[in-house]
Amino acid sequence: MTTVATRAAARTAAKPATMAQALNRAMRDAMAEDPTVHVMGEDVGTLGGVFRVTDGLAKEFGEDRCTDTPLAEAGILGTAVGMAMYGLRPVVEMQFDAFAYPAFEQLVSHVSRMRNRTRGAMPMPLVVRVPYGGGIGGVEHHSDSSEVYYMATPGLHVVTPATVEDAYGLLRAAIASDDPVVFLEPKRLYWSKSDWSPENPAAVEPIGRAVVRRGGRSATLISYGPSVPVCLEAAEAARAEGWDLEVVDLRSLVPFDDETVCASVRRTGRAVVVHEATGFAGPGAEIAARVTERCFHHLEAPVLRVTGFDIPYPPPMLERHHLPGVDRILDAVARLQWEAQS
Amino acid sequence: MTVQELPGAASYRPVPPPAWKPRTDPAPLLPDPEPYRVLGTEAAGGFAPDVLRRLYAELVRGRRYNTQATALTKQGRLAVYPSSTGQEACEVAAALVLEERDWLFPSYRDTLAAVARGLDPVEALTLLRGDWHTGYDPREHRIAPLSTPLATQLPHAVGLAHAARLRGDDVVALAMIGDGGTSEGDFHEALNFAAVWQAPVVFLVQNNGFAISVPLAKQTAAPSLAHKAVGYGMPGRLVDGNDAAAVHQVLSEAVARARRGGGPTLVEAVTYRIDAHTNADDATRYRVDDEVEAWRRHDPVKLLERELTERGLIDEDGIREAADQAEDMAARLRERMNADAVLDPMDLFTHVYAEQTAQLREQAAQLRAELDAEAEGDDR
Repeated sequence: MTTVATRAAARTAAKPATMAQALNRAMRDAMAEDPTVHVMGEDVGTLGGVFRVTDGLAKEFGEDRCTDTPLAEAGILGTAVGMAMYGLRPVVEMQFDAFAYPAFEQLVSHVSRMRNRTRGAMPMPLVVRVPYGGGIGGVEHHSDSSEVYYMATPGLHVVTPATVEDAYGLLRAAIASDDPVVFLEPKRLYWSKSDWSPENPAAVEPIGRAVVRRGGRSATLISYGPSVPVCLEAAEAARAEGWDLEVVDLRSLVPFDDETVCASVRRTGRAVVVHEATGFAGPGAEIAARVTERCFHHLEAPVLRVTGFDIPYPPPMLERHHLPGVDRILDAVARLQWEAQS
Repeated sequence: MTVQELPGAASYRPVPPPAWKPRTDPAPLLPDPEPYRVLGTEAAGGFAPDVLRRLYAELVRGRRYNTQATALTKQGRLAVYPSSTGQEACEVAAALVLEERDWLFPSYRDTLAAVARGLDPVEALTLLRGDWHTGYDPREHRIAPLSTPLATQLPHAVGLAHAARLRGDDVVALAMIGDGGTSEGDFHEALNFAAVWQAPVVFLVQNNGFAISVPLAKQTAAPSLAHKAVGYGMPGRLVDGNDAAAVHQVLSEAVARARRGGGPTLVEAVTYRIDAHTNADDATRYRVDDEVEAWRRHDPVKLLERELTERGLIDEDGIREAADQAEDMAARLRERMNADAVLDPMDLFTHVYAEQTAQLREQAAQLRAELDAEAEGDDR
């Protein structure tokens, strides 16, 4: 039987969906399935979020389930902790990466360790959604890549999607998780599109599994979030120079999928870690060390890093010089011909 | 120039959106200038004798608990104990005004409140003993973990009370904090959220005069800490924190208001920390003996004992009975605390995540091997 609803669904299914829509759909589905799921944050209600990721949730589920809070990040996350203590599953939005810092104490001192300090009696099933990273011409404090702060805090899962499909699947998994998840949304990918159909959502993706986005034999590009499309572009460009690059999308920074990453590096013998966060003590340092420890005898060259510079996030007019682009990745790939150089 | 005369004053309060509700609760926001007192006043006559007797028994037990725990610190059985001697009236009243379904959010100094609420005294001390941080299931007792970071447990209390209200439960949360903690950002954010959401929360500030060594005058320029409530749109109450009946009454009223949907209250209990901040502190560096002696004369246990005696609600036997019960509690605590805690090192990895990550499994295997090697070494 063809109803009006399914015909409408067929029409929308034909339209490519954006990552923002996939995230929205993930929250909608989770809220519809589980009455304990609550969305909260500054501007998430009536406005639907400054990126419209929570669009329509307040209308559909009421202001008690999708709540505009006072403008206070520590308060937003702190009250979410109390709500989780009472059995709710809060999904908290921090409007921009650098706005989340006031909530850092709550995250580090309570959210991340509540399960541990109560010896399992009081888990913290909450999600902190953080739109992060640059590339959208944002002014100061709107473009930070803050993942390493979260990665360094035991008790937190740190997840970041690079595709529309993963945005849905990973956010569903994050909301379903009994542990706190810092869900980093690459804001320059909010408007990226795919044929993913919001009417027929992809399966929920378990947290902690990396994926090979593109197979290759000459070297592995290890990346996540906003840098994954850049790596895929670089891999295409590298073909002209005879390089067949594999691209691994980590998807989850914590827990880290050593298995998928190392399997790839053992195949290719060479690796470059690519991310837009700063390089010094950045995520790439950890990843390069792990790969070296586990794959040393398979490596034909040192694991290289292509990262943002070790500077405070630059003004928008200069950000293209800071963000790792295709050329910088290709330069690194060229440096992987270690024997020729040494 | 008043606010109404300022340019743009017409739009000072924007057109309220549909969900906006003006405050309708008739309770005045400003605290009385003098701390509210019951003991030694006419108000005491109207107080239920049973409540006074119960408060007295708990005060005596609480005082003994404080001295015993302090002694255990000296014997090395506790890593640290922030004594609440002198503040027992606040601790005990906070516990007694709550129903079983309500929640208590204590700070690190509020072990006594948790015990008065019925928590096993040893379980209440695991954090301070160096054993696992929270020795009890917070949900079972409806007592949040003792919070060491200052004021951070206040937004938790607000969130929990808000969640309870959303679920249709008439649960109240009572959050405890010291005077120093009121300078923290989380204090402000919690009070603001509570007032905006009209959450059923009671904030109890135990103003004991010092944040470790820093006196209140260096902490705030407000007329009182209770005055801080006004700016958030909630009532502020000032109470004599050594007057157990007064604290009990003020907190009871605040809890009742919260339960019937009247929103949050900020209560400042003016009291004094007789002991040092902890055993690591030297209180003689920042305060004088005369001051301590003056507060000793205003002792919460003696105040209530005098009231009960004068009104014939307790006699010598009753006083001795309370003391004996407290002594029993102390003896049991001593005995149990003198037994060494047995901890399993492998538990280090058990409760970091719901499921151990591959990385933690590797590290657990490493520790297991180290422990096995150690055990083998012992056998040789």
